[in-house]
Amino acid sequence: MILAVTDLTVSFDGFCAVDGLGLAVDEDELRCVIGPNGAGKTTLLDMICGKTRPTRGSIRFKGRELTEMIEYEVTRVGVGRKFQTPSTYEDLTVLENLEISYPKKRGVIGSLFFARDGELVDKVDAVARRIYLAEHLHMKAGSLSHGQKQWLEIGMLLMQDPELLLLDEPVAGMSPRERERTAELLSGISAGRSTIVIEHDMAFVRMIAHKVTVMHQGKVLAEGTMDDVQHDERVIEVYLGG
Amino acid sequence: MSLDIVVMQAFNGVSLFTVLALMALGLAIVFGLMGVINMAHGELMAMGAYTTYLTSVIFERLAPGWLGIYLPAAVVLAFGVTYAFGFALERSFIRFLYKRPLDTMLATWGLSLVLQQAFRSLFGPREVGVPSPAWLAGAWQPTQGISIPLSRLFIIGLTVVVGCALYQLLLRTRWGLRIRAVMQNRDMSGAVGVNTARVDAVTFALGSGLAGIAGSAFTMLASTGPVTGQQYIVDTFIVVVFGGVESLLGTFSSAFMIGQMQSWLEFALTGSMAKASILLCVIIALYFRPAGLFALKVRR
Amino acid sequence: MAAEDRNGHDRALEAAGLTALAVLLLSVPWALDEFRQQLAAKYLCFAFPAVGLVLLWGYGGILSLGQGLYFGMGSYFMAMFLKLEAAAQTNTGSALSQFYGSSLPDFMVWNSVEVLPWWWRPFHSLSFTLAAIVVVPPLFAFLLGYANFRKRVGGVYFSIITLALAAIASIVIIGQQGYTGGVNGITDFKTFLGIDILSGGVKRVLYFVTVGALFAAVFAGRFVLASRTGRILVAIRDREDRVRFSGYNPATFKAFAFAAAALLASIGGALFTLQEGLASPSLVGIVPSIEMVIYAAVGGRLSLVGAVYGTLLVFSAKTFFSEHFPEVWLYLLGALFIGVVMFMPSGLAGFAERLLQAARRGLVAAGSAPAAPAPKQVEAK
Repeated sequence: MILAVTDLTVSFDGFCAVDGLGLAVDEDELRCVIGPNGAGKTTLLDMICGKTRPTRGSIRFKGRELTEMIEYEVTRVGVGRKFQTPSTYEDLTVLENLEISYPKKRGVIGSLFFARDGELVDKVDAVARRIYLAEHLHMKAGSLSHGQKQWLEIGMLLMQDPELLLLDEPVAGMSPRERERTAELLSGISAGRSTIVIEHDMAFVRMIAHKVTVMHQGKVLAEGTMDDVQHDERVIEVYLGG
Repeated sequence: MSLDIVVMQAFNGVSLFTVLALMALGLAIVFGLMGVINMAHGELMAMGAYTTYLTSVIFERLAPGWLGIYLPAAVVLAFGVTYAFGFALERSFIRFLYKRPLDTMLATWGLSLVLQQAFRSLFGPREVGVPSPAWLAGAWQPTQGISIPLSRLFIIGLTVVVGCALYQLLLRTRWGLRIRAVMQNRDMSGAVGVNTARVDAVTFALGSGLAGIAGSAFTMLASTGPVTGQQYIVDTFIVVVFGGVESLLGTFSSAFMIGQMQSWLEFALTGSMAKASILLCVIIALYFRPAGLFALKVRR
Repeated sequence: MAAEDRNGHDRALEAAGLTALAVLLLSVPWALDEFRQQLAAKYLCFAFPAVGLVLLWGYGGILSLGQGLYFGMGSYFMAMFLKLEAAAQTNTGSALSQFYGSSLPDFMVWNSVEVLPWWWRPFHSLSFTLAAIVVVPPLFAFLLGYANFRKRVGGVYFSIITLALAAIASIVIIGQQGYTGGVNGITDFKTFLGIDILSGGVKRVLYFVTVGALFAAVFAGRFVLASRTGRILVAIRDREDRVRFSGYNPATFKAFAFAAAALLASIGGALFTLQEGLASPSLVGIVPSIEMVIYAAVGGRLSLVGAVYGTLLVFSAKTFFSEHFPEVWLYLLGALFIGVVMFMPSGLAGFAERLLQAARRGLVAAGSAPAAPAPKQVEAK
């Protein structure tokens, strides 16, 4: 078990977004988190990656307590986050975006004297190929299509080589063809890693998930395989109304 | 230290506080709404002071018999002039710079230089003073040792009146509602039909008008020169930043605290060291509470 | 080699700009009389903080309105060294201070200061002074910057803090007349290690030293900007939150840029004191600090070379107008602030680049191959 979330709670101005949540993710697992809007899914990811501090609870990753760390520390420990809206460095090229995500020499002095060596170039090439952007290395990220930007972000995460990947709606805004390619991509890159994916597209979830967690009103409603969950009465009630 | 001295010192702090408060309120309203710092705010205050001076001159020349009431007329006029100027300013170039707060600081600094030179050309490089109305001469002496000049009481009264009026405006009128709405959620306000451009212009003008009133009040304390505005600008910024931009009460309290601290420190240290210490204290305080002393708890 | 460097600037233009500047500056001692050479030397001292601001503000997105503080540190440290040397030569001070082994600077005597304060003493030594000039300002800036940036204090708030610090420095210097020379500053020193700094020959040497140091600064800046640190700085400027998730601590990078700008300002200040024979609080406060920003803005906040041109241009205008039409100068300066911010945010450098692009397109349209930028373009700056 690589990630253990216990009793995680956070409130904003009285509104309890996540309430005593417990979750466990294993090595090599691809977990999808689904649920209606406002269930607290994004907030959960925010807390894991250090963006939001919980009011109560613990998040243990590889034996380390993440709730005490801030964003860059969590990243360095091996957690990679991808956001809902594509956030690449628009002014930098695809190559530079990938390069900046290279997890070596992240201090000021190290970066001053950092030079592109063979290892870096190889890794960038490999990643670029996987994210279908090998032909676009010298394009500015700002001029990529929406789908390509999403892939670039996944590529940036790959460069970081995290042990836990957090993906927030990775196929939002993509065409069906792009979704297929992304599903392939995700299945490939989650090999050897643990991944948590938030998604609304059930077909997509079915394609990639090992296990599914359904959230509702800040708590876990049900957990299991896609089939288990789709036939769970409570889940049906929440999604289809009562 | 006798009670008399304590009261006098405290009072001294209050005088400082009033002018600072009026200036800071104007700046805080603009900063809170639009996130821009108007570096020419001090010159707007000077504009109010010079308007007061001009009013006194006009009264002296044209209606010497009415000189006694020139001051209230001057205050109103100062507000009017600076309000109008602020409105024109916002419409002509501030509104193009909203997304660029740092650039706004530079542009308004340029404006302050232009205004300073304009004052110099129009009124000369030397400071000008205004006559004290007869009804403000003298002091209130509740005890032997305490002598409070009436002019200062007038300023305090003015500040209280302005504070209350502002409170009423913001919390009890439609315009105040619009201003608060845009301050809290600009996009939503626009979506429900509030003319945010107009609100911006009115708010900026209002902030400028408050500076004008501060300038008018200031003439009762000291004489005005082309660089007077610049002397108070850093203090004003510090008051605003220290008070946090969430609430005007915070600004008020911050002005009070800083005014008091300055008065007391001046008693103990020399004038310059007192001022330097205050600024330093505030900077250190900001380190511990970066959003300001009175900022509401915000989502991290 | 790509036509554009990593920051999107035209390489040819930059090279041309640098070369033209070198030619321009190196020819001054022969082309201009001594008085004007002295003026040029003075202007160049202010190019240092301007170059620093290109790094800090243009690329780092941090507007420091208080670089005068660091310029002042360098200036006053150097002045203290020179003043102690002068005092030793004229042997001023009471018997008491002589007993303590150091003569007192004249302004201390005039202010009835009996003994040299402890914090003046180390400035007897040149090595200490030089070390202070290059270590104290960047160290102070780094600590101040890091403390604020890790608390995510930035933008307008941070600018006001820098403003307040410059104001504090100016207030304290003026207020502590006995220890700092007050509003008149520290003046009246004539030698540096026995060398007469008023002589024409020495001034010429100082001029070349300044030019050399300035070019070194520009090249150092280019190195930083071309490195990964430069990329990250730009990324932080544009998307600080995102950079955290790439595993970088933005606070250290921003603090580094702040420290670098402080170092450059300090060096400029020290050179200024050597050349002008004076350290004054009028170069430390709010007004001079904000003026330093305009030098960078006019030249182009994204161009290191541009900052030097901008400084020279603004100062030349200042000298000219102050001499002939003094009332006009402040109007002009104010208009410059407003105009550059509203209409020419990328300054002269940006303007030159657009001109060049237009010229290239024109030439291509006319059927001939794109020519190298004509020297005329550079003069247009």
